[in-house]
Amino acid sequence: MAVTAPADRTHVLRLELADEPGALLAALAPIADAGGNLLSVLHERGSVTPRGRIPVEVTVECQPDRFETVVGALEDAGVTVIDATAERYADAVTVLLVGDLVATDLSELLASVEECEAASVVEFALTDEPGVDHEASARLRMGVADGAAERALAAVRAVAAEAGVRVIEPLAGDRR
Amino acid sequence: MRLAVMGAGAVGQAVVDQAASHGHTVVAVADSTSAVVDGSGVDAAAVCARKRDAASEIGAGAPSDALAADYDVLVEATPTTLGDAEPGFGHVERALSADRHVVLANKGPVAERYAGVCELASASAGSLRFEATVGGAIPVMATIERIGAGRVRAVRGVLNGTANFVLSRMAAAGLGYEHVLAEAQEVGVAEADPTFDVDGTDAALKCAILANVIGDREYDLDSVSVDGITGVAPSALELAETDGQTIRLIGEVGPDHVRVGPRLVPANGTLAVSGTTNIVQLETEHAGRLNLSGQGAGGAATASAVLADVDHIADQQ
Repeated sequence: MAVTAPADRTHVLRLELADEPGALLAALAPIADAGGNLLSVLHERGSVTPRGRIPVEVTVECQPDRFETVVGALEDAGVTVIDATAERYADAVTVLLVGDLVATDLSELLASVEECEAASVVEFALTDEPGVDHEASARLRMGVADGAAERALAAVRAVAAEAGVRVIEPLAGDRR
Repeated sequence: MRLAVMGAGAVGQAVVDQAASHGHTVVAVADSTSAVVDGSGVDAAAVCARKRDAASEIGAGAPSDALAADYDVLVEATPTTLGDAEPGFGHVERALSADRHVVLANKGPVAERYAGVCELASASAGSLRFEATVGGAIPVMATIERIGAGRVRAVRGVLNGTANFVLSRMAAAGLGYEHVLAEAQEVGVAEADPTFDVDGTDAALKCAILANVIGDREYDLDSVSVDGITGVAPSALELAETDGQTIRLIGEVGPDHVRVGPRLVPANGTLAVSGTTNIVQLETEHAGRLNLSGQGAGGAATASAVLADVDHIADQQ
């Protein structure tokens, strides 16, 4: 199997900056230095926090293992990071899985989906009781990077086919 | 127009029945065993009555007598066959070679041998139309023709009423597949052998036809990726519902995919039609999205599409 670099993931960072010249540039430089790709900056100069600081929202794309480094670099540079937990996906894909899910190693199935790096499992909901022939259904919602929906679906198809589980997909070009 | 009707099933009989009201004369009708030919017009009521009586044949002639009759338009309404699309293709070939017009209700020739029928049509003074092959009474082909096939980027929709009846009834009543299918057979929505409807073959043939019309290469059943509804569990429909979604058997024809399968669609969305209704959604270059819905099957409804084609040919004369 070919080893490919994992897909970049998109995160939203909420920062608070001092209302002084050069503060924005000083906050953004460490992001690029730490390997992050700056996608957008929302600089709300008009709104000031109760502490008299300027809230800034930056959207950063980076390799999954670089994110902690990016946040660390900001903190080292003295920037107040209010929120850095949200991973924002460009797209969401929901599929249903139908089959003998009782006999299927679901955690392995979900791990295999995550392994493709195009998608991250956001929600997994399973019906309560399996019906005839142990048949059960599950809803799998994945967050996917921009343009990666088809790749994520291909990964789910492959994993499901191996497990003998049927996939009910959304329409092409209408993945939400 | 003088019509020769090949095939005397529900659609063929309804064409014979409605033809006079469109100002056309049926000069020949054939089923698989016999034919009736009458240059002054066959007796529509008598043909249908004889067809209903299993013991009698519809006429004294051989089926091929209908093809030898003096007609303007051949209405090909024999059952759709896969692979070589015979005997339908042979009937089309014979009519076009004799510079007669052809109107198809039979999907086979345009789904399985599109390049072949196009070649015959372009060498013929007769024309070829096939509105009735996709979406029954819904004017899908006429709409695509008016917009221009090259300006239709993609088509998707519910193209099989039986499968849609089963899925929408399962969702509404929380019943299992087998139960609902038996119910559908009881009310005449599903045939005794519903295989082609529930395994996606019928919808796939319609997708192949649409792809042939809007695409730039030839498609047939083998070029469509097909999945049916047999494995769709009630629990899957329930789960979809908790998320505002439902499941429908959708045919999709796009620039890089032609496929049929059960898909998640918004429960209150345009594509989630109920019962035996069909819907066809066209994505166009300048006209945006067009939704056409209506009766996708049934003798009378499908015959109306056949006769619309015949009327169009008459208008061109």
